[in-house]
Amino acid sequence: MITRIVELRRGILKKNDELAAGLRNRFTSAGVLVLNLVSSPGTGKTALLELTLRELRRRGAHAAALVGDLETDNDARRLAASGAPVRQINTHGICHLDAEMVSKHLESWEGVSLADLDYLFIENVGNLVCPSSYDLGERIRVALLSVTEGEDKPLKYPGLFNSADAAVITKIDLAVPCTFDRELALKNINEIRPGIRIFETSAKTGAGMEAWLAYLAEQAQRS
Amino acid sequence: MHELSIAASIVEAVTESASAYPGARVKQVRLRVGALASVVEDSLQFCWELATEGSPLAGAALVINKLPVIVHCDACGVDMEIEGVQSFRCPRCGEPAADLRQGRELEIEAIEIEEPEPKESAIAAANQVEERI
Repeated sequence: MITRIVELRRGILKKNDELAAGLRNRFTSAGVLVLNLVSSPGTGKTALLELTLRELRRRGAHAAALVGDLETDNDARRLAASGAPVRQINTHGICHLDAEMVSKHLESWEGVSLADLDYLFIENVGNLVCPSSYDLGERIRVALLSVTEGEDKPLKYPGLFNSADAAVITKIDLAVPCTFDRELALKNINEIRPGIRIFETSAKTGAGMEAWLAYLAEQAQRS
Repeated sequence: MHELSIAASIVEAVTESASAYPGARVKQVRLRVGALASVVEDSLQFCWELATEGSPLAGAALVINKLPVIVHCDACGVDMEIEGVQSFRCPRCGEPAADLRQGRELEIEAIEIEEPEPKESAIAAANQVEERI
């Protein structure tokens, strides 16, 4: 028997990466800004998205959302109340969305054409670890953390926060009862991802939404 | 727990690459995994065993070469390795360093395969022919 080493040098997630690159090209040529929202379960991705979809619609923009969850279409039903097209992706146990799931759900999405959209939001499965490895073809990855989760979340999950393009601190209406140390949270995010754009919002009071929506509009102009 | 998905992707990629060497057995799979790749080594080893069980890759060792994070410091103009993943600053000047040069890798570097000696197999084939005669 002879033993030999065969150099492969290939990405483990090459298939996903290639599919995501194809999606990114499609999104770019359709002129739609695609955002991938990632956080722990319960941070308030859906609540932020509900308000965002409603506000964008009110301003005459065309936005749609793909929503990932292990089970149930509760989030899709909540978001659909905004009037925007929404589609649920059920992963049935898988802890993250991948490019293939996004691609499949886009293909078979009746009545929705990328060319008609200004924004497409992809709400990932609630998880701060696994989604960080899977490119979905998004242009902006948004990492969210709520004031109820603690200021050290970015330090605990550096893989995700370091890969994010923007960060949103949610539920700021609860900052005082949670004795949330804002300065420390901002410092921790910046330690992991220096210079990242950070937004502070409350879906309950609407605080911080103007800055967030202005950022979306500014980014969409570049799409 | 996406290590099972990762292990399944490795099995798929290695099986595809090894098919170019018929009759070969994969003894070892070598990975390069960056410190920011969000992969837990023990969990991946466990899932590797599960994913390869009963397949031609069963028994192949998974060797994980961990790579530290390297950032580019604009102020110093050099690439620097940082210790850990808690602070993305240049270890030399202390300035924030957002420009990541290494740390997200999740790749199969190489496989070690064991193949039958070409001569032996030729002799064996010839013997078989003889036996049939």
